[in-house]
Amino acid sequence: MSYLETLRLAVPETILVVAALSVLIADFTMRTSDARLRRVIGAMVGSVGCTAAVAWLLVMPAHAEVWQGMLVADPLTQLVKVGLLALTLLTLWVSVDSDFTAHVGEYFALILLATVGMMFLVSAEDILMIFVALELTSLSLYILTAFNKRDVKSAEAALKYFLFGGMAAAFMLFGLSLLYGLSGATNLKAIASALAGRALDPLLIVALVMVVIGFGFKVAAVPFHLWAPDAYEGAPIPSAAFIASGSKVASFFILAKVMMLGFAGVEGEGGWLEFRSGWVPTIALVAAVSMVLGNLAAIVQGNVRRLLAYSAIAHAGYALLGVLSNDGQGIGSLVYYTITYGLATLGAFGVVAVVGPRRGEALGAFAGLSRRAPLISMCMAVFMLSLAGIPPLAGFFGKFYVFAAVVNADMGLLWLVILAIAMSAVSLYYYLQVLKQIYVADEPADAPWLRVPVVIQVVLVLIALGVIVLGCLPSLLVGPLRHAVEAAGL
Amino acid sequence: MLAWTIYISFASALVLMFLPKDRPAAARVLALLAAAAGFGVAAAAFFQSTPGEMVTVVDVPWIPSLGIRYHLAADGISLTLVLLTGLAAVAGILFSWNITHRANEFFALYLALIGGVYGVFLSFDAFLLFVFYEIAIIPKYFIIAIWGSTRREYGAMKLALYSFVGSAMVLVGLIAAYVVSGANTMSLMELARYPFPPGFQFWVFPLVFVGFAILAGLWPFHTWAPTGHVAAPTAASMLLAGVVMKLGAYGCLRVAMTLFPDGLGPWGFDVMGLGSWRDVIALLAVIGIVYGAMVALVQKDFKFVIGYSSVSHMGFVLLGLATLNTIGLSGAVLQMFLHGVIAGLLFAVVGRMVYDRTHTRELTALEGMRLAKAMPFAAGTFVVAGVASMGLPGFSGFIAELQVLIGAWNGYPTLTIVTGCGILVGIAYTLRVMQKAFFGDDPVAARGSAADGETVHALDPISIPERLGAVILIAASLIVGLYPRVLLDRILPSFDSALFQWLRMGGGQ
Repeated sequence: MSYLETLRLAVPETILVVAALSVLIADFTMRTSDARLRRVIGAMVGSVGCTAAVAWLLVMPAHAEVWQGMLVADPLTQLVKVGLLALTLLTLWVSVDSDFTAHVGEYFALILLATVGMMFLVSAEDILMIFVALELTSLSLYILTAFNKRDVKSAEAALKYFLFGGMAAAFMLFGLSLLYGLSGATNLKAIASALAGRALDPLLIVALVMVVIGFGFKVAAVPFHLWAPDAYEGAPIPSAAFIASGSKVASFFILAKVMMLGFAGVEGEGGWLEFRSGWVPTIALVAAVSMVLGNLAAIVQGNVRRLLAYSAIAHAGYALLGVLSNDGQGIGSLVYYTITYGLATLGAFGVVAVVGPRRGEALGAFAGLSRRAPLISMCMAVFMLSLAGIPPLAGFFGKFYVFAAVVNADMGLLWLVILAIAMSAVSLYYYLQVLKQIYVADEPADAPWLRVPVVIQVVLVLIALGVIVLGCLPSLLVGPLRHAVEAAGL
Repeated sequence: MLAWTIYISFASALVLMFLPKDRPAAARVLALLAAAAGFGVAAAAFFQSTPGEMVTVVDVPWIPSLGIRYHLAADGISLTLVLLTGLAAVAGILFSWNITHRANEFFALYLALIGGVYGVFLSFDAFLLFVFYEIAIIPKYFIIAIWGSTRREYGAMKLALYSFVGSAMVLVGLIAAYVVSGANTMSLMELARYPFPPGFQFWVFPLVFVGFAILAGLWPFHTWAPTGHVAAPTAASMLLAGVVMKLGAYGCLRVAMTLFPDGLGPWGFDVMGLGSWRDVIALLAVIGIVYGAMVALVQKDFKFVIGYSSVSHMGFVLLGLATLNTIGLSGAVLQMFLHGVIAGLLFAVVGRMVYDRTHTRELTALEGMRLAKAMPFAAGTFVVAGVASMGLPGFSGFIAELQVLIGAWNGYPTLTIVTGCGILVGIAYTLRVMQKAFFGDDPVAARGSAADGETVHALDPISIPERLGAVILIAASLIVGLYPRVLLDRILPSFDSALFQWLRMGGGQ
C-alpha cells in the first residue's frame, strides 16, 4: 500500500488535474486573443485530458483498493468513469459556441475539476472521501452556475443552488457523523458489518434520513428539488447541461453504493401495504413523489429549460428504482439509465444553447425550427423521444432495464413500476409539446435570424447517434456492464 | 425475405428525410416504389407459404443478457395482416398523390409508420413486438398534427396519448410476465408455454388485453378513433382505420390471449351476469357494435360517419376474439383484413375524392351538390364499399361477420341477436349517408345558392392515381368476398397450432 500504488490508481484523475492546470496556463498566455479561439483551445486541451484519461482507463484495467476503501478501482467504477469523461468531453464542445464569460480558462478548468470530483466520488467507499469528493464537485458546480456575471438570473440561480446545497451538505455531514458514531468506522462495508444485527433504532433512522436528504438534494429528488428549476434556468446553458448530465451519473452511482453497501441489513420492506422501515421504503417514497410531481409540474412549464428541470426531477424518480433493486443487475441498469439519460439531456441543452441566445427559451421560440434548422431539429426529436421512452431509443431500453431489474429483485415493488410507467405516459404529453412547436407550428414572420454553429451541430449529431445506437444495440453497454458488475462482486 | 418489408420501409423513410425538399414528385414516386416493393414481398410470401406452417424469418440474439431475441416469423395470421398492410400502404400513397406541402416528411413518416406496422405483425418476441408497436405511435402524431384538418392538434395528441397509455399497460404486463416466468426470455412461444398462476393471469390478462384493445377501438376506450380519423389526412385515416386499429386487435390475440389463456376462464363468481373477462369483452364488443352504429346514424359530418362505423366494425373483431372457437377467431382475422380494405375505400372517397374537391364534409351541404352526377366514379366506389360494409352476401363484409356471429352463437346467443340488430342499424346509416352525400335530391338545398350548379361543374375530375387506388382496393374486397378461401386456407390452420390449443383449453371450451 504505497503512495506509488495510490498514484497509479489515481492516474486518470491526475491527468485531468494536469489538464485543468494546463487550460488555466494556456488561457493565461492568450488573454488578448479572440474569445472563441480561447474557448476552442480550452476545449481542445480539456479533450486531450479526457481522452488520455479514457485511454488509460481502457488500456490499464485496475482492480484494487487502497487506504481502506478511500480509493477503489474495479471494472465497474472504471466503466462509470469512462461514461463521465465522455459526458464531460461533449460538454466541453457544447460550451465552445456559448459566449457568456471572459474568464474562459477558469470556466474550462472548473468543468474539469468538477469531473475530477465526480471521479473520486465514484471510486470512494469511505464516507470521509465521499464527502470530500462531493464537496469538490458541488463547489465547482456552484461557481459554474454563477459564471455568467452579466446575467442577474445566473447569480440568483447560483445563490439558490449554493444555499440549498450548503444545507444539504450539512445534513449529510451530520448523518455521516452519526453513522461513524454508531459504527466506529468510515468504510462503508465496515459500517455495515458493525451495524449488522442491530435493530433500526432512532439514531440509525436519523442517520439514514440525513444521508438520504443529502443525496436527494444532489440528484434533485422531491422534496429536495427546489433548487433545480431555478438553477437549470439561470445557469449558463453548458453549465446547466453539465449539472444535469455528468453530476447525475456520479451522484446516483454513489447513492446506490452507500445504500447497498453502507446500509446493508437495514433495507426494510417497500412492497405495497407491506412497508417496514429501512432505506428501501424511504427511497421508494422519494422516488414515487419525484415521478408524480416532476411529471405533473413539467406539463405546465412554458420555458424549455424549466421543462427539462422538471423532467430531470421525474427521471430522478425513475432512476431511484435502479437503486431500489439493491443488487448487481439493479446497479447495472442504474448506470445504463443515468448515462443514456445524461446523453439525451446534454443534447437537449445543446439545442437550447443554439436557439436560446437569439430567440429565447420559451416553448414558442422553437416554433418552426424544423424548417430553419432541420438537422438539429431531428436531433432534438431524438432527445425528446428518448427522454419520453420511445423505442428504439436508449431512453426506452433504460426504462425497461431499470423496471425489469427492480421487479426482478422484489416483486413487491411492482406498484412503483406501475406508477412509473403511468407517469411516463403523462410525460409524452410535454415532450410532444416541444416537438409540436418544432415540427408543427409555423415560424413567426419576425423571428430573428438563427445561426447554427458547425461545432455544436457535429456534437449534437454525435450525441443523437449515440442515443440511437445505444437504443438499438443496448448490448454494447449492457454486456460490459454485466461483466463489470460481476467482476466488482456487487 | 419477409423481413425486407420492414427494412425497405424504414430505409426509404430515412432516404426521404434527406432528399431535396423541392421535389415532391420524386418523393411520392419513391414512396410508391417502396410501398409497392413491400407489398410485392408480402404477396409473394403469402402465396408461397404452406398453410399451417410457421416460418421463421430471422432469429438471432438481440440483448443476450436479458434473453431478448430479434425473432421475426410469420404464420397464416401474420401473413394475412402483412398482406393487408402492403395493400393499404400502396393505396394510401396513391390517394396522397396531391400532397405537396412538406411532401418528403409526409412520406417519410408514412413509411416509418408502415415499417413499424410490418414489424408488429412479424414479431415473435414480446419485447420486439412492443418496440415496433411504439415506433408506430410517433409518426401518427406528426402526420395528423401537420397535415390533418378539423382540430388536428387535438385529435393527434389524443390519439398519441391513448396509444401510449395503452402501451404503458402492456409494458407493465410484459415486465410482470417476464419476471414471474423467471425463464429469462421474452419469446412469445416460450412465454405461452409457461403456466402462469391463475391469480396472476386474473389481473394481468385484462391489463394487457385492454392495453392493446384501446388501439382496436374497444368501447368505452374508443373515443380517440373518431376524432383521430376525422382529423387525419386521407392516407392516414386509411391507415389508422385500415391497419393501425388491427395492431391493437392483433396484440390482443397474439400476446394477451395466448400468454394468459387462463385469464379468459371463469372467475367462479358472477357480477351482474358476467362470469369471466371473456364475458366482459364480449359485452363491450357488442356495445361497441351497436353504439358505433347508432352514433354513426346521427352524424352531420361525412367523415365522422365513417369514423364511428370503424368503431362498430372493430367490435366484430373483438367479439370474434371473445368467441374462443376456430370459426369465430378466424372470422375475427378475416374481418380485420376486410375492414382494412373497406374502411380504406370509404375514407379515400370521403377524404380525398369528396373533401379535397368540395372542401366540405357537411352532409347537408353535400346534399345539394348532386355529387353522383359530378363524380360518378366516386359515387360508384362508395356504393361498392358501402354495400360491402353493410354485409351484403357476395361482398366481403358478409362472410367475416357471419363467421363471427356463428362463433358467438355458441356462448352468447342473446348478444348475437343484439349484434344482428346492430347490423340493421349499420345498413341504415350506410344507406343514409350514401343517399345524402351522393344522391341528394333535396330541392331546397339545391336551390340554396345559385352558385351550386357551377361548383358541381368546377370539380376536378378523379385523377388516375385515385382510380388506380380505388380499383386495387375494390378488387381485393371482391376477390375475398367471392372466394374467401384464399385467406381462410391460411388463417384456419394457424389456429390449430400449439399456441392456440392452450388458448382454447384455457378458455373453457
